[in-house]
Amino acid sequence: MFKDYLTITDISGPLLIVDQVNDIKFGELVEIFLPNGNKRRGQVLEVNRNTALIQVLEGTSGIDVDKSKVRFLGREIELSVSMDMLGRVFGGLGAPIDGGPSIIPDERVDISGAPINPTARNYPNEFIQTGISTIDGLNPLVRGQKLPLFSGSGLPHNRFAAQIARQSKVLGKEEDFAVVFGAMGITFEEAQFFIDDFKRTGAIERAVLFLNLANDPAIERIATPRVVFTAAEYLAFKMDMHVLVILTDMTNYCEALREVSAARKEIPGRRGYPGYLYTDLSTIYERAGRIKGKKGSITLIPILSMPEDDKTHPIPDLTGYITEGQIILSRPLHKKKVSPPVDVLPSLSRLKDKGIGKGKTREDHADLLNQLYAAYAKGKEAQELAVILGEASLSEIDKVYFGFAETFEREYVSQDEYENRSIEETLDLGWKLLSVFPKEEMKRVREEYIEKYFKKFKKETTESITNSKLQ
Amino acid sequence: MVEGKIVRVSGPLVVAEGMLGTKMYDVVNVSEKKLMGEIIELKNDLASIQVYEDTEGVGPGEPVYGTGAPLSVELGPGLIESIFDGTQRPLNIIKEMAGDYIMRGISIPGLSRKRKWKFKPTVKKGDTVVSGDIIGTVKETTLVTVKITVPPGINGKIIAIKEGEFTVEETVATIKDGKEEKGIKLSQVWPVRIPRPFAKKLSPLEALVTGQRVLDTFFPIGKGGTACVPGPFGSGKTVIQHQLAKWADAEIIVYIGCGERGNEMTDVLLEFPELKDPGSGEPLMKRTVLIANTSNMPVAAREASVYTGITIAEYFRDMGMSVALMADSTSRWAEAMREISGRLEEMPGEEGYPAYLGARIASFYERAGRVKCLGSDDREGMLSVIGAVSPPGGDLSDPVVQATLRVVKVFWSLEDKLAAMRHFPAISWLNSYSLYADSLENYFKDTVESDFVKNQRTAMMLLQNEAELQEIVRLVGVDALSENDQLTLEVSRSIREDFLHQNAFHDVDTYTSLKKQYTLLKVILYFYERAKQSLDEGIPISMIKSLKVRDRIARAKYIPENEIAKIEEIMKDTNEELASISREKIKSEV
Ligand SMILES: Nc1ncnc2c1ncn2[C@@H]1O[C@H](COP(=O)(O)OP(=O)(O)OP(=O)(O)O)[C@@H](O)[C@H]1O
Ligand SMILES: [Mg+2]
Repeated sequence: MFKDYLTITDISGPLLIVDQVNDIKFGELVEIFLPNGNKRRGQVLEVNRNTALIQVLEGTSGIDVDKSKVRFLGREIELSVSMDMLGRVFGGLGAPIDGGPSIIPDERVDISGAPINPTARNYPNEFIQTGISTIDGLNPLVRGQKLPLFSGSGLPHNRFAAQIARQSKVLGKEEDFAVVFGAMGITFEEAQFFIDDFKRTGAIERAVLFLNLANDPAIERIATPRVVFTAAEYLAFKMDMHVLVILTDMTNYCEALREVSAARKEIPGRRGYPGYLYTDLSTIYERAGRIKGKKGSITLIPILSMPEDDKTHPIPDLTGYITEGQIILSRPLHKKKVSPPVDVLPSLSRLKDKGIGKGKTREDHADLLNQLYAAYAKGKEAQELAVILGEASLSEIDKVYFGFAETFEREYVSQDEYENRSIEETLDLGWKLLSVFPKEEMKRVREEYIEKYFKKFKKETTESITNSKLQ
Repeated sequence: MVEGKIVRVSGPLVVAEGMLGTKMYDVVNVSEKKLMGEIIELKNDLASIQVYEDTEGVGPGEPVYGTGAPLSVELGPGLIESIFDGTQRPLNIIKEMAGDYIMRGISIPGLSRKRKWKFKPTVKKGDTVVSGDIIGTVKETTLVTVKITVPPGINGKIIAIKEGEFTVEETVATIKDGKEEKGIKLSQVWPVRIPRPFAKKLSPLEALVTGQRVLDTFFPIGKGGTACVPGPFGSGKTVIQHQLAKWADAEIIVYIGCGERGNEMTDVLLEFPELKDPGSGEPLMKRTVLIANTSNMPVAAREASVYTGITIAEYFRDMGMSVALMADSTSRWAEAMREISGRLEEMPGEEGYPAYLGARIASFYERAGRVKCLGSDDREGMLSVIGAVSPPGGDLSDPVVQATLRVVKVFWSLEDKLAAMRHFPAISWLNSYSLYADSLENYFKDTVESDFVKNQRTAMMLLQNEAELQEIVRLVGVDALSENDQLTLEVSRSIREDFLHQNAFHDVDTYTSLKKQYTLLKVILYFYERAKQSLDEGIPISMIKSLKVRDRIARAKYIPENEIAKIEEIMKDTNEELASISREKIKSEV
């Protein structure tokens, strides 16, 4: 019933050309049987009359022209899904690698997924408390959002992501949640760090892990995020769970895509990445979200390392064009021992406005957030000026801003890996730090909140200063 | 009908043989799944087809059916409040049929076949009509009355016309054109790649008021004009486009989400029915048509979406309305062209874009304009087009940005640096421009105040001076500047923070009328003039900096529209505060 062919004509990089094929479909799954009995999987990238171009997901080494057999399965790549996935570890294509049994499927689902109808979407607006001030206070995350971490090699993005996974919760609700974790080309150690962390906190029970590690076939990485989302969609939209998807490292994914594109001799876009990288990434990222009438949701945190810490590199650039904001980690802050080294100014959560305020976090949140940003931006400017002209040359008010930026980094941005701040603590901390300013500087804050919050904290701080002077 | 056979499938591109008898840009149905596609290249009997749906599972040997017709949209009552995909399939109906995900091979007409509309004739039997003449109206929503016009190419005598309730397919009037009798329906069909005809093109004379201070006061766009908003990710392109869709004083808004986020369309769908039109108090949705071909939807349909959108916009323009179209983002449209072109193995131009990129962009924007419509009543229609551009890394040397700048008249340049400082809208006041500024001068003088333009120029000069002074400050510090220059810095900071900065998410700040814009700027400039006098009188800049009234200037933008007088009062208080300082000074000297 399957169509087997012994007609491979070319093997080049990750690609195979098979001749004299009949009735082959675009996107079809293929299996390649090697002379030594091994099996590799691949996918049809193009069919031209009787010739099929195949991308081999599991590496072409050992495949030969005359003896290797290609079998076309007449269906797309599928994943078996069921609730038994929870607590299990799989390879990058979805086969168990933890020694456990294979999954008895509740369903078998094509991993490429279909676009969510925009009219079926529900807007993400439920605040997720991560316990991290730079996120909760300044770049609030909401359920169903896609918020990437832009990092660089050697920066603590894994610890940061693990902290988010550990602490995230929606205020006042006990609901079913799960973490689906996809690793693309990361090292064994990095993967082990997550597994250990999930084990220690018990989160492993509610986690599904798909691992394609650095020494696994590179092209398999193209399928991994799709496998991850297929599992996540099942848990979220069939099983009503709130799913947090973590994908790391998207840079390795993009490189695999570039490898295939180069092998196909396509006209390269910027830095050799294919021109369709944006569209390709969006078919992954856009699978996150909420759907009307469904209880579950998919929130996505992709992690990527920016080559040379350059935000305009095509991978962070195109990711930023699709996701709903970005959290950027900074090397200078990391060197200054600010941890987590979140670069506040270029970080942004675009869905914040719908997730904060009265009834969600607190009425003053939006104004406070804007004011903290503005003050920190000015403080940073003052610091730059001071570098050139010396601190003494700053005006009185600029000196206050200068000092504010320092304390802000030390007390607000810095936070222990296990410190879980409630949203009230984060907001109050913000007011406390702002209390060094005269009221006139609170331009972004509504009069009523100045009365209600700013003055209160101003008074408290002045009192404590006078008290300490008296003593 | 022609029936061919697939020989090649490569992503969204399918090649079929046996296609003799088809024409360029004809629509075809691919495979038994009946996927919609369009012919984009013909070589002997081989046709290259861009397919508007996912081609997974399609292969050689399967059939391709010609339809003989080019890609077209249905124009008639029922467009308003709809949300279509790139080929005018109503997404809400797709949802009813297929569920939460968009499935393939669904074919639905753009306009409802069942719904009946109340048609009121405005001409009678025996009247002579020409192409474009209005023969009756349908009140579609509380905000929009659709005018039923004689389709282009038909002229003659009305031999029958009836009042009553009709579906879009029923004939409401018959015209005797020469020997032929032609039935007129409530709807007409138009091929999207062909601009709809008009009598004459005219230059824009009125401003498209957007309620966004930096746009209206500094870089206005005319009704019937073109503008582009390039900027890196997160700089505020979508927020600006949404703001325009909400507040621009157009009668019809066509919003095209072209290859962008699904959630942004959901946002519009949820928010617009709630928001009230500032003029009529009716929900904004009642004047809006949405086209959504999000980034994860098929890339060829994305290419079609801008044409679908602009054809719908032209249809309303032809009724004599003022229409504004937003396309977010034209870069994704260009990328769709690039992808298809690459698969066709065409010789690429810059950055892999096809060599015809510039020509396509130019002819798209050229469909904007203020026109004299077809028809004998000399009515004027206006179609303004505002396109977002998303250059890689925010780099303005990108071919799409450059091709766009060659045709559009307004450039709103978004800057990453401003966005990072949370100065929104992050429009650079130094790099942006509007080529309508001069021709709209009289409009502002007549409709707002005679010194509107003068104030605008003064403010712009201060901002330019500020940029130069800041260079100096960076080298030697503020104290090295003269007091006058320090005042310039203070006042331009006030222009930036108290006028240009505008929070789209603040109830009051989100929209500012021209009158209020004028008043706000006047108050700041009055402060400047008055403070300059005080400096001359020898009052130190430090005292001027700490005036109490400055805080009120900063908050003036939050004063609601119906209390503009309160903003005016600030000038009186400025004067008094400075006068009392002068008096103090004189007293102490005596
Ligand atoms: N006028 C404004 N007022 C307040 N906030 C704004 C304004 N403009 C932009 N922002 C902020 O900037 C964020 C990003 O804006 P927006 O989504 O429009 O960016 P964009 O340029 O469309 O990015 P992309 O190219 O990735 O789509 C918004 O979510 C909002 O937080
Ligand atoms: Mg946008």
